[in-house]
Amino acid sequence: MTGRSRGAVLGLAGVAGFAVLLEAVPRLLRMPQDVLPPLSAIVSALAGEMGTADFWQAVADTLQQWALGLVIAVAAGVAAGVVIGSVAVLRRVTASTIEFLRPIPSVALVPLVVLLFGTQLGSALVLIVYAAFWQVLVQTLYGVGDVDPIAEQTARCYGFGRWARIRYVLWPTAQPYVATGVRLAASVALILAITAELVIGSPGLGQQIAAAQSGGATALAYGLILVTGLFGLVVNVGVRAVERRVLRWHVSVRGETAA
Amino acid sequence: MRRLVRFGQVLALPVVLLAVWWFASASSQSLYFPPLSRIVGVFPDTWVAGGGASRLVTDVLPSLARLAGGYAIAVALGIGAGLLIGSSPALRALTEPVLEIFRAIPPPAVVPLLVALAGIDNLMKVLVIVFGCVWPILLNTVAGVRAVDPVLADTARCYGITGPARVRRLVLRSASPQIVTGMRQALSLGIILMVISEMFAASNGLGFTVVQFQRTFSIPEMWTGIIVLGLLGVCLSVGFRFVERRVLGWYDGQRQAHRHE
Repeated sequence: MTGRSRGAVLGLAGVAGFAVLLEAVPRLLRMPQDVLPPLSAIVSALAGEMGTADFWQAVADTLQQWALGLVIAVAAGVAAGVVIGSVAVLRRVTASTIEFLRPIPSVALVPLVVLLFGTQLGSALVLIVYAAFWQVLVQTLYGVGDVDPIAEQTARCYGFGRWARIRYVLWPTAQPYVATGVRLAASVALILAITAELVIGSPGLGQQIAAAQSGGATALAYGLILVTGLFGLVVNVGVRAVERRVLRWHVSVRGETAA
Repeated sequence: MRRLVRFGQVLALPVVLLAVWWFASASSQSLYFPPLSRIVGVFPDTWVAGGGASRLVTDVLPSLARLAGGYAIAVALGIGAGLLIGSSPALRALTEPVLEIFRAIPPPAVVPLLVALAGIDNLMKVLVIVFGCVWPILLNTVAGVRAVDPVLADTARCYGITGPARVRRLVLRSASPQIVTGMRQALSLGIILMVISEMFAASNGLGFTVVQFQRTFSIPEMWTGIIVLGLLGVCLSVGFRFVERRVLGWYDGQRQAHRHE
């Protein structure tokens, strides 16, 4: 067996073992159903829920908030990063403000967005965009700062205009950094989407979890948490796959596939 | 002179922004966006007045204590388990997919469950913070332990450095940049979770107080709460960077030396 397939087998064994544990431990310890239901109860509750339109509506709501917030944050972050990063004065003047605004936890804005938007989409979007924007902006700034001065000067010598230099020198250099920023932003955006649903009550999976829990449907709450986990997993794997495809020309990715 | 210019560049934009906020809101009639002067005016009464009974003592300190407790437990658990898993390829292959699933669960999703299991006391909030913070630390530790320089590892073996000495002097040392990265991610997550757990169910704490202000339409007070939360995030991140520079000073030096070779 090659190392890779051995790893995959072990990984599957790990997942299977964990599933057995989730089934056996609650039964052996005789846990009450509303504290720690066995896996089979969780799966059957979830399967029942998956037949309802409410469930798919919640998934769609969460997906919509996440995707819309992420797209806005990435577009704004990249645009701001390229502009600030390529003008030295701007970079120096904004540095302290960015360093100050970035660590402000976006949940601090919860009370404000509740007043402004209530449970509408706007609430979740503000929280998601605020949290995800800084990740993209800061990574883009790193990327723009990494531009090789010789490449930049060469492009100038060949009479590249400002736009062409951004397109052919700056953007390719910044791309791997932007990709990292998008990856970080994607998972932060999901966390904030669930937060908005849970704390504010925006429609979506987080709200369904809270409702299931307070309605005594503990097995279903576990099942929905599992769904958010799978959602997160798909996001992680998906973003990494897109990253590898977009950056297939880049050394870091080429090296990875050759090995 | 040069210093003065740099100093000016650091302060210019924040001063301008604050001035814009101050003057633009000065005659604000909007309920939700009160004048900044009023926010600043109610700040002392809201947070520091009353000595031992002030909100700084009854709300901010408990929040910080829960954050510190949960974060410390997550760091210990994450590094401990990360060392274990990272040093055994078989164990790593076995646990990796399960850990990936756990890391992918957005930590706020487990809040209602932990409320049901552990009530709304300190225990629940600490558990929420531990659950959220442990994964980035754990997975980064695993990655760091994996990437120990094989030459260094062989050298250590030649010199008979094994057991705890090996972990302390070789493994932890070379994994520390990665571990610190994980800890940084975990800290900003921890602040978020601290606030969420208090907003969802609590009887005191920063998150609880800020939401309480909003529900009672004490809007200027609510804004002071937002500012306190923001300042807290900034202070913790500055503090972390300070500690990081001390702990990882050797690493930055090494990297710089490599770059100038």
